[in-house]
Amino acid sequence: MPHSIHTCRSDFPILSREAHPGVPLTFLDSGASSQKPESVIAAMDDYYRRHHANVHRGIHVLAEEATALYEGARDKVQRFINAATREEVVFTRNATEAINLVAYSWARANLKAGDRIVLTEMEHHANLVPWQILAGQIGVELDYVPVTDDGLLDLDAYARLLTREPKLVAFTHMSNVLGTINPVESLAAQAHAGGAKVLVDGAQSVPHLPVDVQALGADFLAFSAHKMCGPTGMGVLWARQDLLEAMPVFMGGGDMIRKVTLAGFKPNELPYKFEAGTPAIAEAVGLGAAVDYLTGLGMPAVAAHERELIAYALERLEEIPGVRVYGPSADRKGGVAAFTLEGVHPHDIAQVLDRDGVAVRAGHHCAQPLHERFDLAATARASFYLYNTREDVDRLVVSLYRVKQLFA
Amino acid sequence: MDDFYRELILDHYKNPRFRGTLDPYTFTYEDENPLCGDKLRIDVRLDETGHVAESAFTGRGCAISQASASLLMEKIQGASLDELRALSKDDVLELLGIELTPARLKCALLSLKVLKAGAYGLSDDTTPDA
Repeated sequence: MPHSIHTCRSDFPILSREAHPGVPLTFLDSGASSQKPESVIAAMDDYYRRHHANVHRGIHVLAEEATALYEGARDKVQRFINAATREEVVFTRNATEAINLVAYSWARANLKAGDRIVLTEMEHHANLVPWQILAGQIGVELDYVPVTDDGLLDLDAYARLLTREPKLVAFTHMSNVLGTINPVESLAAQAHAGGAKVLVDGAQSVPHLPVDVQALGADFLAFSAHKMCGPTGMGVLWARQDLLEAMPVFMGGGDMIRKVTLAGFKPNELPYKFEAGTPAIAEAVGLGAAVDYLTGLGMPAVAAHERELIAYALERLEEIPGVRVYGPSADRKGGVAAFTLEGVHPHDIAQVLDRDGVAVRAGHHCAQPLHERFDLAATARASFYLYNTREDVDRLVVSLYRVKQLFA
Repeated sequence: MDDFYRELILDHYKNPRFRGTLDPYTFTYEDENPLCGDKLRIDVRLDETGHVAESAFTGRGCAISQASASLLMEKIQGASLDELRALSKDDVLELLGIELTPARLKCALLSLKVLKAGAYGLSDDTTPDA
């Protein structure tokens, strides 16, 4: 039985281990990858112990069970994000691959030299580099929405960039550094009014907020299983069915074909058209279990828990002299606090915190242009998830005072 | 682990020796560690016998990278060009006197990399191995 949001910590076996002998683990790096509940670990274990065979192929009991489990995971994801049809849910390796799929398939079929794409300064490299590759190869032009000092998108600049009639607008739902939650619905509506398609990087939002793709109004949504209690090696591209139908195939191989002759091939129907080769079956099963787990807790409860936690964390962090937290106020952000401490390099902060068992990330968090925007080489980042508590925040703060003492 | 920020390292980080730039210099070199944004420049002036008369470093980075640069500057005073070129990873780790995880090794060895690239840049007979 799943616990409530307030007691779910014990569902995660890894959280009861010690970081070092005698030192409890305080895990504040879920923005990079979340931990896994017992139910996800058990589902994947059970799959390999009892059900494994290749999917969509054999006429035997294991093949049928494996296929039912794999496709069952797709149904769960469809319900979780309220996709109109199960054909709109394409399994990928991660959010990065989902974005690349759009860049390679949709963009190369629909964009030409001189066409514009609008991105933002707060993007993760996964939503920058695929478009920079495209720009280098077919000559599309990239525009970037600036980020304000408060860590919000400059909406006036966005409106101005839309007058240049971009063909695609691609932005993150929630910044992995600033925590900023972008107003997707209105950004998408404005982009659509000018005829642009909209891609949303949901890697940080789908794990933390209720996400309803039909309400968002986007055309593409990418996210990763491993940041939402699921396994690594598994991601999702959701896209509107009419777009997927019209898109050329991405990778070629088994499963994505209907018929192959020596003269050529006919692509399979959706969503298999985009799933070449034997997929990550156990990982899909794990994602399905993760979706069940999150649904059991309730995504509104998850979001409310993190909202409360980040408000408390900002209050405690900002009381420490020399600490500066980047990004908007608590009411406009998710559970992410990227910060600096005067006179101490973020790597040193992370290293000293680790001695106290407090796991944070230090670096540019795959968002180098955003760090340049704030004239920073690196930040330390504490990111929270459903299993974190106020006590975790307190331990972070105590340990930060130790960092200050050491470097005073 | 408790040793990581031992007195010597913190002292060299907070009070770096040989910090600055030289004019004139015999060679200068600058490099960065793109993953963490650490930057380092080292200037060296050799005397007429080919030994280090003066050296200086500037840069930004974590305590490990900056302390290792400071310690390295201290060590190379009076050294010959061949001695600079022969410096190894173990020499730097000995100066720091701590066990480093692979992630932090890059921080510790940035100064060595910069120094040797500069020293080898003087003539192109060999390539640095650091």
